[in-house]
Formats: sequence, structure tokens, C-alpha cells
Amino acid sequence: MIKTMLHKIGAGALPMLVPALAWAEDKAKWNLQEPHTEVARQMYDLHTVVLIICLVIFVGVFGMMFYAVIKHRKSVGHQAAHFHENTTVEIIWTVVPFFILIGMAWPATQGVLNMRDASSPDITIKVTGYQWKWGYEYLKGEGDLSGVADGMQIYSTLSTPRDQIYGKAPKGEHYLLEVDNPLVVPVGKKVRVLITANDVLHAWWVPAFGVKQDAVPGFIRDAWFRVDKPGTFRGQCAELCGKEHGFMPIVVVALEPKEFADWAAKNKVALAAAGGAAATAAAAK
Amino acid sequence: MSAVIGHDHDHDHAHGHEYHPGGLMRWVKTTNHKDIGTMYLWFSFVMFLVGGFMAMVIRAELFVPGMQVVNPEIFNQMTTLHGLIMVFGAIMPAFVGFANWLIPMQIGAPDMAFPRMNNWSFWLLPPAATLLVLSLFVPGGAPGVGWTLYAPLSVQQGMGMDLTIFAIHILGMSSIMGSINIVTTILNLRAPGMTLMKMPLFVWTWLITAYLLIAVMPVLAGAVTMILTDRHFGTHFFNAAGGGDPVLFQHIFWFFGHPEVYIIAIPAFGVVSQVIPAFSRKPLFGYTSMVYAVASIAILSFLVWAHHMYTAGLPTTAQLYYMYATMLIAVPTGVKVFNWVATMWKGSLTFETPMLFAMGFLFLFTLGGFTGLVLSVTPVDIQLHDTYYVVAHFHYVMVAGALFSAFAGVYFWLPKWTGNMYNETLGKWHFWLSFIFFNMIFFVQHFLGLAGMPRRIPDYAPQFTDFNMISSIGAFGFGLSQLLFLYIVLKTIRSGEKAPQKPWEGADSLEWTHLPTPAPYHSFETPPVVK
Repeated sequence: MIKTMLHKIGAGALPMLVPALAWAEDKAKWNLQEPHTEVARQMYDLHTVVLIICLVIFVGVFGMMFYAVIKHRKSVGHQAAHFHENTTVEIIWTVVPFFILIGMAWPATQGVLNMRDASSPDITIKVTGYQWKWGYEYLKGEGDLSGVADGMQIYSTLSTPRDQIYGKAPKGEHYLLEVDNPLVVPVGKKVRVLITANDVLHAWWVPAFGVKQDAVPGFIRDAWFRVDKPGTFRGQCAELCGKEHGFMPIVVVALEPKEFADWAAKNKVALAAAGGAAATAAAAK
Repeated sequence: MSAVIGHDHDHDHAHGHEYHPGGLMRWVKTTNHKDIGTMYLWFSFVMFLVGGFMAMVIRAELFVPGMQVVNPEIFNQMTTLHGLIMVFGAIMPAFVGFANWLIPMQIGAPDMAFPRMNNWSFWLLPPAATLLVLSLFVPGGAPGVGWTLYAPLSVQQGMGMDLTIFAIHILGMSSIMGSINIVTTILNLRAPGMTLMKMPLFVWTWLITAYLLIAVMPVLAGAVTMILTDRHFGTHFFNAAGGGDPVLFQHIFWFFGHPEVYIIAIPAFGVVSQVIPAFSRKPLFGYTSMVYAVASIAILSFLVWAHHMYTAGLPTTAQLYYMYATMLIAVPTGVKVFNWVATMWKGSLTFETPMLFAMGFLFLFTLGGFTGLVLSVTPVDIQLHDTYYVVAHFHYVMVAGALFSAFAGVYFWLPKWTGNMYNETLGKWHFWLSFIFFNMIFFVQHFLGLAGMPRRIPDYAPQFTDFNMISSIGAFGFGLSQLLFLYIVLKTIRSGEKAPQKPWEGADSLEWTHLPTPAPYHSFETPPVVK
């Protein structure tokens, strides 16, 4: 209950700061994107908690400062006091913040432990960062996802035409956040991603999932997410990887498990056809 | 030291007849702490304009979506050089300039302990800066890797990267020599009675900063040397295929990089700790706890480096440890902020330009501190790492923190340095323009980061357009406002009103109480007695 309350406050807190601005109606613009996994929601709420604590302290400290600025100025005839030391207040303002921090560290620790627990996934997908595209390989499904997509490979490249980038055509709705082949995942299943890179560092980031993980060439890192509803989710490479760094987005389409299986079956046939064609072409040489 | 002042004893200082070579050679050969301080400050201002110009290119490109002004390669080169030049060329030398000018005057010494090394540490800077800027014009251009120079991308770059590596080596030598000089000066040249715990806080902050520099500049030199050998001499420090690890670079870099943040911030604390009491007409509140707070921040700064690497794939326990340790820094930082506010409390406040900049520092640096606290929380940082939120955060700390503090310092000490008063009205204009435009640039960037705009991208999705426009307009305004600063300083030097020995009622350190205005060439020929 507290969590939903926090969530509501969080969605409201930032726009409240700027009520005069009509843009404030678009909440995603002022705050973290709408979370669609448990981990992302934890991150969202944690941010709200920390932000509120900071705002309260900020208002307190600078309330004092501006009170002094108004009341203790020379131009209103205020004489300077001579005090310049007080061990008691020093101890108070050392110890109190310490306990506030412990209060923040507790939920943060729970967040970290949850975020890092990639055990018992329903499906494992390997993500590879290339200069400048993403590669996805479905490694292994468990339970009812067993064998559904295993071994499938996708390369995912920016599909925004260069004309749009260089101002020769009007920009589309998903300018720079669209790809030719999105990653497709099942809704409600624990998806574990194993992330690596082929050349330099990249970072695989989907804000709605609360996943941002550097892709390190020669090493494998993991992360996980369980998407709560079907939809299309967009992110970007978050680690500078060279000249096209801004042009390798991530698009994830989440489908109901049934539709996911249909998609996989169809895609496998297409891949086999393409692979077969390639094999024929190779043989003809 | 005795040799240096011995030579000049024959001359009559009160009337300014001492010998020094004229023209350019005066500046090339000078061993005087004031000349060298002046050169450091002018050098840093020139670099500030160069780095600022690069920021303008970045903001021009980001004004609207699409590629208009530069191509992505140049864009990446601009972000890299903007960062390196501002950190190593502008902010750090600015505070070394303050150190040169003020430490001898504030501890009652005639000059720095090693005047010739002082000359050398300054004159290493122009060649290093030249190498950095030159890298733009070599085949392949400047490195397009960000100021963090992460491997393996930095191993891929053209020869501009090598020039950058050498520039960093030279800058590091300069910093280390400067730091040794500062430590030696503070520990050995204090006037009788000037015990450590009587030193002005500015001197304390530099003592601690100098130790930080000596500790971490060699680490950075090591990191870039490893890149150099990976590039040209067949080593595989950062290449997994050869048994290395790209993340190793990040560990080494941030072991330097986090203390570096405080190398920039701590002298800024020092300046503000001189300015706020002076205009509150009240001694600094909690001097002892301020000294301990700075020392604690310095020590903690060595223990938190991997909070820059939460997304690099650290072990869970490491993520937790670095989160706790990073949060802990909020405690001494909070103590400092509380003490500054307590200094103003029940004072007799006036708001001349130095005080305005110091209060701007206090207000905005604290805001940057709070966003730092937000970023210290690992799960939140996962969302915000490498976004514009981080860009906003560190510019609140570096620009509104360090740069505003440097402005406060320049206006505060300009009368003592030049003998002339600056124009108060113009100074206030400079403050308010800088303050408003600064927030225009960077406040909205918090929202960009939260909404998901990565940093270091030359083009962005249309939903980020309006904030980017606001930010860019702010940037152009901020850039132009700094030309006003140049005008104010030049006008002060040429035609400012004569300043009294102590233009600030509440100032109480030795340069105000014991030295005439402008300060004599050799600050204290006979040490003052400090009670």
C-alpha cells in the first residue's frame, strides 16, 4: 500500500513543482519513464523517496539561509553576533544525516538484491553490442518456453532513414528509436539477458525495464526483467561506442506467451528459408 | 628561499624599484608567486573560453533533432576536448592560480618554497594545452571517446589519442610539481604563531588537495600509459582476447577520477569559506569541524571510485559497498553546508559580487550534492547512469560549484591583486546573468536524463526537443555573459578606482590585515607575528 502511495506521489511530485507549465501533463517528460517491470518500479519509488528527502532538507537548509538573508542583513541594521562554535550542533548535524542515510540505504539494498537476482529464468537471451547494432540470440527456454525460440538469431539495426537525420525528410514518430528487427520477448516471464560486446563497450538500456548493463567485449554480464504488459519498449545504447553511438537504439516488443510462440515459429521458418537460400548461394559458388 | 629573497633585499620594495626583466622574458623567467599566479589565472581563462567554445558547438548541434552543425565524429571530439580542457586546463589551473597568489600571503611567507619549480610547473601547461588542441588537426582528429577515455574505444582512435595521452602526462607532471610546492610551502613557510589550526581555511583546503593530487595524478598517468602501450607496443591490458580486461581501465581511471572531483571541489570550498565570513562580518562557524570535514571528504574520496561503474557489472556486494560508502560522503559535505549557513546566521550580511557568487555556489552546489545523493543509490543510478541527469549533476558541482567559487574568489581578491576596485554594478550583472543562464542550461537537463536521454549523443529523439532548446539558449547566454567578466576584469586593471588595504569590512586573513593594496611583489619580507 505504501508502495502504491509512493508511486502516486512520485508521479505527482515533479509536475507539482512547475504547475504553471502546461507541459506538466506529460508526466514521462518530467520524471522517470513509466516502469513496466517490478525492478523498474522499485527504482522509480526509490527515486521518489530520495527526492522527497532531499527536497525536505533542501527547503529546511535554504529556508534558514534565506531567513538570514532577509533578517540578518546589514542594511536592516542587524549587528553581527560573535558565536562561531558549538560542539552540540556539530554532533547533531553529523549524526542525524547519518541516520537519514541508513533509512535510505535499507530500501536501496533491497532494490540491489532484487535487481541482481537473475536466477531461474524462463528464457535466456544473449545480447551482443556491435559497432553499431545489436545482436540477439535466444539461448534456452525453460518450461512451456522450452525449445520455442532456442537458437534463433536477430540483428537489430536503426531503421530511421538517413534523410530524416540530415533534414531532407520530415522526422517520423519514432525518430532514432526504431529498428528493423526488434527483440521479441514473452510477457510475464522472467527473461535473463546475457550481455556482451564484439568490439568496444556498449550498454544495453531499456528504461521501462530498469535494465542498464554495460556490454563488455570478452566478458559476459547478466540482467533480467519480467515485463508486466504487452507493448513496445524503446531504449538506447548508453555507453559511448564511437561515431554511431547515438544511432543504435533498442526496441523490445513484449507479446503474450502464446503470441510469442507463434512469432517464434513463424520467424524460425523465415530464418530457415533465408539460411537455406544462403546455403544454396554458397554451394553455387 | 633565502637565496631568492636575499637577492632582492638590496632593493626598495615599498617603491616598487626591484629588478626584473621586462617584456615577455619577465613572464618566461619569473619565479614570483604573484606573476605565476597571474599566468595560471589568465591561462585558465583562455582555456575556459576554448573549452566554452566547444560547449557552444555541442549545444548548437543539440538545439534541434537531426544533424546540422557538425558530424558525429566532430561532435564526439568536442565532448572529449570540452571535458579535458575544462577539467585540466580551466578549473584546476584556476585554483592553482589562487593557491600561488594567496598561500604565501595568507601564511605570512615571502613566496612559494620552490620558486623555480613553480615557474616550471606553470610553463608545462601551454605545451600540454597545445597538444590537446593540436589533436583536432591531425589525421583522425581528436579522440572521440569522452574525457573518461574508456578502453577499448580509446585504443581504436587515431593519433590524436597519442597527443592527448602526452598532454595528460605533461599536465600530471605540472600538477605534481605544483602540489609538492604547495605542501612544502604550507608546512615550512608559515609565519611564527601561524599554527596549522590557525591557517585560513583556503590554505587548509589546498594542503589537502595537494596531497590528493600527489596521490592520484600518477595513477592517471599509469592508466593512459597502459592505453599507449596497448595501442602501440603490443600489450593487452584492456583486451580480453589477450588476457586483459576493459573494466580494469575504469577502475584505474576512477581511482584517479573520483578524488579528482574533490581536487576541483575542495579548493572551491576554501574560497567560499573565506568569502562567506567576510560578508557575514562573523568568523567562520565551526572552523575545526570544517577542517575535519574536508579531510574526511578527501579520505572517503579514495574509497568510492566504483560508484561511477554501477552498470559495468560489479559483484552485488561491491555495488552495495560502493553505495554505502558514497552515501557516507553526504555526512561531511552536509556538515560543511550547515556550517556555512550557520556562519551567515545572525551575521550582518551584505551582498557584494563575491558574496553573491559564494551564495550562488552554496545554493547550487548543494543542489548538485543532492543529485549526487540520488545517484549514489545504485538502483536509481542504473536508470540515470550515462544520461543527461549525470551531465546536469556534475555541471552543478563543477560550474555552479567550482567556477562560481572561482568567480567569487576573483572578485574578492581582485582589489588586492590589482590595487583597483571592480565595478560593483557590472559584477552583479555578471552574477545574475551567469546564475540565470546556468540554471537554464542545466536544470532542464535533469528532466532530459530522467526521461531517458543518454549523454554523448549527437542527435536525439523529438520528445527531448524543447528542453534541449532551452538548454542551448541558456548555453549561448552563459557563454556571452563570460565576456562581460573579461571586460570587468580588464576595466578593473586599467581604470578601476583605487582600492583601500581592506575593502571588505569582515575580511580577517593576513593579506587584508597586514599587506597594503596592491600587495607588494614579495609578500612578507619579514614574517608577521600571528597571535
